[in-house]
Amino acid sequence: MAAINRDDVAHLARLAHIEMSAEELDRMAGELAVIVESVKSVSEAAGDDVPATSHPIPLTNVFREDVVGHTFTAEQALSGAPDAYEGRFKVPAILDED
Amino acid sequence: MTDATLSFDEAMEKYDPVLGFEVHVELNTKTKMFSSAPNVFGDEPNTNVNEVDLGMPGVLPVVNKTAIESSIKIGLALNCKIAETCRFARKNYFYPDTPKNFQTSQYDEPIAYDGYLDIELADGTVFRVEIERAHMEEDAGKLTHMGGAAGRIQGADYSLVDYNRSGVPLVEIVTKPIEGAGSRAPELAKAYVAAVREIVKNLGVSDAKMERGNVRCDANVSLRPHGRERFGIRSETKNVNSLRAVEHAVRYEIQRHAAVLESGAPVIQETRHWHEDTRSTTSGRPKSDADDYRYFPEPDLVPVVASREWVEELRATLPEPPAARRKRLQADWGYSDLEFRDVVNAGVLDEIEETIAAGATATVARKWWMGEIVGRAKNADVDPGQLGVAPATIVELNAMVPAEIVEKRGLAVVSDDGPLLEAIDQVLAAQPGVADKIRAGKLQAIGAIVGGVMKATRGQADAGRVKELILERLGVEG
Repeated sequence: MAAINRDDVAHLARLAHIEMSAEELDRMAGELAVIVESVKSVSEAAGDDVPATSHPIPLTNVFREDVVGHTFTAEQALSGAPDAYEGRFKVPAILDED
Repeated sequence: MTDATLSFDEAMEKYDPVLGFEVHVELNTKTKMFSSAPNVFGDEPNTNVNEVDLGMPGVLPVVNKTAIESSIKIGLALNCKIAETCRFARKNYFYPDTPKNFQTSQYDEPIAYDGYLDIELADGTVFRVEIERAHMEEDAGKLTHMGGAAGRIQGADYSLVDYNRSGVPLVEIVTKPIEGAGSRAPELAKAYVAAVREIVKNLGVSDAKMERGNVRCDANVSLRPHGRERFGIRSETKNVNSLRAVEHAVRYEIQRHAAVLESGAPVIQETRHWHEDTRSTTSGRPKSDADDYRYFPEPDLVPVVASREWVEELRATLPEPPAARRKRLQADWGYSDLEFRDVVNAGVLDEIEETIAAGATATVARKWWMGEIVGRAKNADVDPGQLGVAPATIVELNAMVPAEIVEKRGLAVVSDDGPLLEAIDQVLAAQPGVADKIRAGKLQAIGAIVGGVMKATRGQADAGRVKELILERLGVEG
């Protein structure tokens, strides 16, 4: 993987909706680059015979039977919402941002 | 703003369309994909939700086994390979239709891949559509945009969100690029989505009601000049949610792309919105860096392993595929290709099968449904099955009409080819231009001749047979 540069950080910050100052971008680019570099050493340790994993525990097929369980009432569901209207969450209009 | 379009014929003279479809199928499991909240349409907003569907901190999703089985069945019915191991992934984006800020989907390891579907067009031509993959994911909540232009996102003041649909199991079926359909691309588009809908309905894994959004289609269209290998730039028309709209949207996009290309401008890669009222699309969102979804494996879910035994067990439960069933029924009933196609196109296959099961002969069942009932349904603008005619009633009715009355009133369907051929020859001779058109391959012109023959026989001829005889007479392949 190529090193993390300032533009990458700015891009990720935009995607994650995090506002970052110019200084923060500079600092974070350096810090992330160190982290990526450190994690990269793992791939040097693992040979081609080690498959990529997404989960540390070798479990598969953890399923649930298709049986209806508990639900919230609309009132409960909306209890933590900043705003609601007629049983629904009320959110600011999200327009195309670009 | 209305976009310029070229006529469809002109577009076809210059360009070759390439299609691609993403069809989302909502499964009809009792509960959601990752939570035990009910999967029910039409309930009060935000009543079929629990902490998992609302994306509350610290919750753990658990996979619905029935949803996995339904997905495998869909994969098998689409002639796909079923992955031995597959995984869920997070698709990250910010939009209030998901409270988690990501959709749980599958990315590089779909449960089913490399399949195909043979699509039969209205005239019997079979076109193979290759399936790239079918993957599992969850549906998003439903947004209603308020204020501004009614229901449109542009100019809305705020939006209301109902998360009842959030987490409903979906299977997204993605085709490979479909080349070579030519001017039949719109028809193929409709037939493909109809076939997928028919399959999932037949499997019993989805309610398959397009008007409820159980089956939703995104249609990709691009054009390239004849003879060029490289694909043109595509547009993706989102949420085209009726069969008729799929056909119209593909046709419209072909005409719009052609006009853009003719003007010398490049086609913009973007999403388009379909508008049923104007039968046109408008520009949505161009592809941008916001489409960087940063997929990564879902850490809260472990891989799904579909053992070969499990897959074979599921395969053994599959019902007869709709296309195979049609072949079997046609052979059983002894209908000609044309007769059978007319029955299928009129949408009375089930009804005729039930009428035969109730004791009618195949010929009698077809004559009642294709003659009297289809005509009345057309006048009433409903599906023939909606007229409420019970198959047993037809058997009774048919038995109640004594043979001599049929004879006397001239009600008997003219099935002797002699008088039909005579009438056909007269009508053909009276309209030589039409005969030439049919010979030149314009088969839709045949309607004029059939109409003339029906008039000459006072409506007692079997239109399907008349069509066949006309084609035979003109030496044209149906």
